[in-house]
Amino acid sequence: MLLVLLKRLGQTVFVLFGISVMVFLVFLATPGTDPTSRIAGKNASPQTIERVRHEYGFDRPLPVQYATMMKKLFITQDLASYANRGELVVPELAKAAPITLSLAAGAAVIWVSVSICMGTVAAAFRNTWIDRTLMMIGLVGLSIPVFWLGQVANLITQARFHDTWLFSWVPGPGYIPFSESPLGWFRALVIPWCTLAVLFIGLYARILRADLVSVMDEDFMRTARAKGLSPLRVLLVHGLRTSMISFISMFGMDFAQLIGGGALLTEVVFGLGGVGRLTYQAMGALDLPLIMASVMYSAVFVVLANALVDVIYLVLDPRVRDGR
Amino acid sequence: MDADMPLLDVRDLRVTLTGSEKDITLVDSVSFTAGAGEILGLVGESGSGKSVTALAIMGLLDMPGLVVSGSVRFRGRELVGLSQRALRHVRGREIAMIFQDPMTAFTPVYTIGWQIDEAIRAHEKISRRDARTRTVKLLNEMGVPDPERTANRYPHQLSGGLRQRAMIAMALSCNPALLIADEPTTALDVTVQAQILDLLRGLRHDYGSGVLLITHDMGVVAETCDDVLVLYSGRMAETGPAAALFARPAHPYTTALLDSIPPLTGPRPARLPSIAGVPPSPAARPSGCAFAPRCHYAHASCTTKPPLIVWEEQEVACVLPTEGHALPPRITAGETP
Amino acid sequence: MASLALLACMATASLCAPFYARDIAHTDPFRSNVAGSFTLDGQQIDIMQPDDNPLHLGLSPVGPTWRAPFFLGADSQGRDVAARLLYGGRNSLLIAFFAAALCMILSATVGIFAGFFGGVLDMVLSRIMDIMWAVPVYLFAISLSIVTIAQGLKIGPFTIASDNLLLPIFIIALVYIPYAARVVRGRVMTLRNAEFVLAARSLGVPRFRILMVDILPNVTGSLVALAPLLTALALLTESALSFLSIGVQAPAASWGTIIQDGEGLIYTRPMVAMAPGLAIVLVVLALNVLGDTLRDALDVRDSRRENG
Repeated sequence: MLLVLLKRLGQTVFVLFGISVMVFLVFLATPGTDPTSRIAGKNASPQTIERVRHEYGFDRPLPVQYATMMKKLFITQDLASYANRGELVVPELAKAAPITLSLAAGAAVIWVSVSICMGTVAAAFRNTWIDRTLMMIGLVGLSIPVFWLGQVANLITQARFHDTWLFSWVPGPGYIPFSESPLGWFRALVIPWCTLAVLFIGLYARILRADLVSVMDEDFMRTARAKGLSPLRVLLVHGLRTSMISFISMFGMDFAQLIGGGALLTEVVFGLGGVGRLTYQAMGALDLPLIMASVMYSAVFVVLANALVDVIYLVLDPRVRDGR
Repeated sequence: MDADMPLLDVRDLRVTLTGSEKDITLVDSVSFTAGAGEILGLVGESGSGKSVTALAIMGLLDMPGLVVSGSVRFRGRELVGLSQRALRHVRGREIAMIFQDPMTAFTPVYTIGWQIDEAIRAHEKISRRDARTRTVKLLNEMGVPDPERTANRYPHQLSGGLRQRAMIAMALSCNPALLIADEPTTALDVTVQAQILDLLRGLRHDYGSGVLLITHDMGVVAETCDDVLVLYSGRMAETGPAAALFARPAHPYTTALLDSIPPLTGPRPARLPSIAGVPPSPAARPSGCAFAPRCHYAHASCTTKPPLIVWEEQEVACVLPTEGHALPPRITAGETP
Repeated sequence: MASLALLACMATASLCAPFYARDIAHTDPFRSNVAGSFTLDGQQIDIMQPDDNPLHLGLSPVGPTWRAPFFLGADSQGRDVAARLLYGGRNSLLIAFFAAALCMILSATVGIFAGFFGGVLDMVLSRIMDIMWAVPVYLFAISLSIVTIAQGLKIGPFTIASDNLLLPIFIIALVYIPYAARVVRGRVMTLRNAEFVLAARSLGVPRFRILMVDILPNVTGSLVALAPLLTALALLTESALSFLSIGVQAPAASWGTIIQDGEGLIYTRPMVAMAPGLAIVLVVLALNVLGDTLRDALDVRDSRRENG
């Protein structure tokens, strides 16, 4: 078990290194253009450009540039945004993180519970109209662009039906910190949560159903029935528990991606000032340091979450624990 | 309970797969009885309907398109047509089942002990601790070494033989009157096979359970069973006490099966006789005797389906005895004639 | 079948875009036309109308007329939304199709080489795929777009301008390679150890021949089932990039840019954003249904991931 963990750790470190190189190459060594003017932002003065060139070492070889960049990102954390009057990037991201975390966590609660219900019910009634209807709903959910769904949700809750009893409780777009008003926080986020969850509900319900249906043909499900267990217990305790393993590994990936900025579109549409919206605003100003930092941090999140998922795997699946 | 009433009385059991084109009869008019403390062997090649018969008795054939008809009386109670809810109380508590592959028959993510506890607690209101005590005791009786630790291990951590012992322990956990063992030794090593068969034989003394042993191996039957039912292509070929059937098989198929057991003593034959051809699929079963296409003795009267007749101590579905051409008594190697 | 028909309809309609703009609506969907007007039922109507609010402050573009000119109304620059929708569909479908095709070719190459030759080559390729896949897809696409959008891309003698459609096609194809290559690689690995391939190898059939005769034809099923799903993913990604103004560049349109145009008008003229969104949902749904059907028919296991 220790060996498995060590091997996993080595892999994680390697992937992290690879990602940092890739991000560096994408942002600072794309052929054709001078990275100096990109970092300096639009309409930078010659002095600024000169300073940036010196600060990032663009007049020196690539490996030195890479080292400088990593030092600025992770060690001294003094990567500054030139487009935004020298604001330090890393603290800015840290300030936005709780909003993104609130959004992703709430959506996750919704999508996990709804998709487990949908997938299980569909599998229990497989090949009936119930199954087909639920799976079609899931497919529709998969097919809706999330930013557009957000607009539709805004249209309904902020304009068309805002004055009816149904949606009069929805506050205007924007974020209300939990510490300020827990209820306000909840109200402000309910609609974004649901919007973000729709895609994942479709995806997870369909995958869970497929897993459950294939598990149902397994011998151990027959054993469980032959023991005289109720159909519900067989499905949930034996079938669902076994299918949950792949479900959880998927969840880890997706959740990490959302925290790392994958919820960008949702944040933009609902005006939530999270990491994603910060990145979006940086795009308008061509504020490369900030975008680079957010991509880098999100990738780190994903890799760490992946490693965490593998550890959870060890707990959940006794077969993996023994290295089989 | 009526002393004359058999533990399990199966009459005219028929399992039909209603397909889109035509109905396929998987099990065709199978009848037999099994008594308490007896071991009945259900023998046949793969696809002969052995497992389907077992699943039909358990009421586990509820896939769409499968129709079970006929009668399965367990202690006088009709099981065919019983609701799933009512069947649930029979399964595990009164009739338990052991499956062929103990590797895949346990849920991989729970410990062996947990799964046996679950079986006990499904039928009896007892505490987790008491259930575990019984689990450990059962595992111990099944010859599992260090039962307390083994109970806390996961299926993949045990050897095939241990897993099958655990499986039998789970099946016996509620003291069932009937145990259906579906090829319990097929997936195991030869040495382990013998141990498991010993265990099954011991059950009738220790627990008084009847056993329905499903196998394709005549050798296993010879070692274990009191009575035998030979199935061919979903139909009964021959049935009777094991001793009689082994000494004087009346159906050519039974003879062929017996010939394919390697002799224990005497000169080894250069090559074991095998039965030419393959059994017909239930969809392509001939209208007459199903075995006729592979039978050395096939003749004109075999084109009509032979009725089950009583001959000597057995019942047999073959025309030869009535036509006065009964097969000669078999001289098994090792016995002196 | 219904999904195929729907896709064909959408494609045909998009191809007819210039015809609709020139001969039916008589508009130029790429030129701002704020001061213009048009005739409907003999009445002269200004494209920009006073707002609905009680004081009639500000101007809103004309709403849907459900007739030839301005069928779906105008956007904030007075352009015909229906005409732009058709032109936008042209770009969206074009980018999605070619991005998916390019991605298939590249990922099939990567997947087949990695899966078939194994060893060091497989390890290197797989690690690269791992690294690329660790960056959230949309964020990766956004990064690539943002560094290329300002000045375009220059590789040696070749230059791709920032408003060239090749840019989003390359970017979208690139970010989905790890996703598709894994599927192909897995399939090839299974095939490589299949008995008929082992038999061929033990007979001394050259590796290249095994690759062409035994592996390639059997991978095709997986690829065919993957194609509609990749196209759907590419379409969604393209619309997201365009929505963020880093995909298709103005004045050209795509469904994503029209939704972006409609965002400011969402409460007054919701049709501007609703129509392209519905178009995306319909096409993506049709592609997903098609993918499902193909997967069932070709018996390939479900595995798809994405994020929003």
